[in-house]
Amino acid sequence: MKALVTVMPKPSVLDPQGAAAAEAMRHLGMENVGRVRIGKLIEIELPDGADEARLNEISRDLLSNPVIEDFEVKIVNR
Amino acid sequence: MKFSVLRFPGSNCDQDCVHALNAIPGASAEYVWHKDTSLAGFDAVVVPGGFSYGDYLRCGAIARFSPIMKAVGEFAAGGGPVIGICNGFQILCECGLLPGALVRNRDLHFVCEHVSLRVERDDSQFTRAAAAGQILNIPIAHGEGCYFADEATLDRLRANGQVLLRYCDPSGQASDASNPNGSRDNIAGIRNEAGNVFGLMPHPERACDPLLGSTDGLAIFQGIIGN
Repeated sequence: MKALVTVMPKPSVLDPQGAAAAEAMRHLGMENVGRVRIGKLIEIELPDGADEARLNEISRDLLSNPVIEDFEVKIVNR
Repeated sequence: MKFSVLRFPGSNCDQDCVHALNAIPGASAEYVWHKDTSLAGFDAVVVPGGFSYGDYLRCGAIARFSPIMKAVGEFAAGGGPVIGICNGFQILCECGLLPGALVRNRDLHFVCEHVSLRVERDDSQFTRAAAAGQILNIPIAHGEGCYFADEATLDRLRANGQVLLRYCDPSGQASDASNPNGSRDNIAGIRNEAGNVFGLMPHPERACDPLLGSTDGLAIFQGIIGN
């Protein structure tokens, strides 16, 4: 199976990368672009039946930092 | 006083710290490899700057799980002084010894320059060799030094007097213009509630020799040695 862990900066955290990308999009003519946020997508290969609860814990403790980020775990190719 | 200076793969300020500490009367310093598990015989811990584990994932995220960090947690819980500088500050936040986190600088630039820092209080073991309100001239060098904490945490830091250093202008005013990285409330260095763990983005070890343009960093180490 494969897991996709999405890690995004919390809305209250300044995301200068997102702001810079939004600015570049405006320069390219997309003047109506709204807020842009940049996070991470982590693709993880696991044997079928792997411990999903443990994967959630590791996503919380290692793959993201709860002070500044939110995460979501999605299992694909089950 | 015997300092341990931790070494992770990618640490690069470890030698500067050992060099600076060994030149201070009353101090000696030795390296401790991140795979070691004991801090027996040491009186203080320095978590130095650099790019531990290449800053992969997040700064300090992987170093936090190194074997030596369990000993650092126990050392801190026992009241021993721990100072985290730059990447060391990031590691101490990641492992929960200090509140908050360090994120990408406001303007995305890596900043490498001497800054003015206002000493907010001198009743801490880390700042007692300076005077409250004194301006220290110490360099910073980081891309992810923007201190972030939510409002409740910031209120707690202020109420407990845990902010020890703020970025300021040469006259001592902490303003947006004197904030090099967008840190909340111009925070450059904080201590934990118990007062024995200190994290700061500036590099005091790079300001311990007149050849380097400033000796203001000595005050931080002398404070610890004064135990």
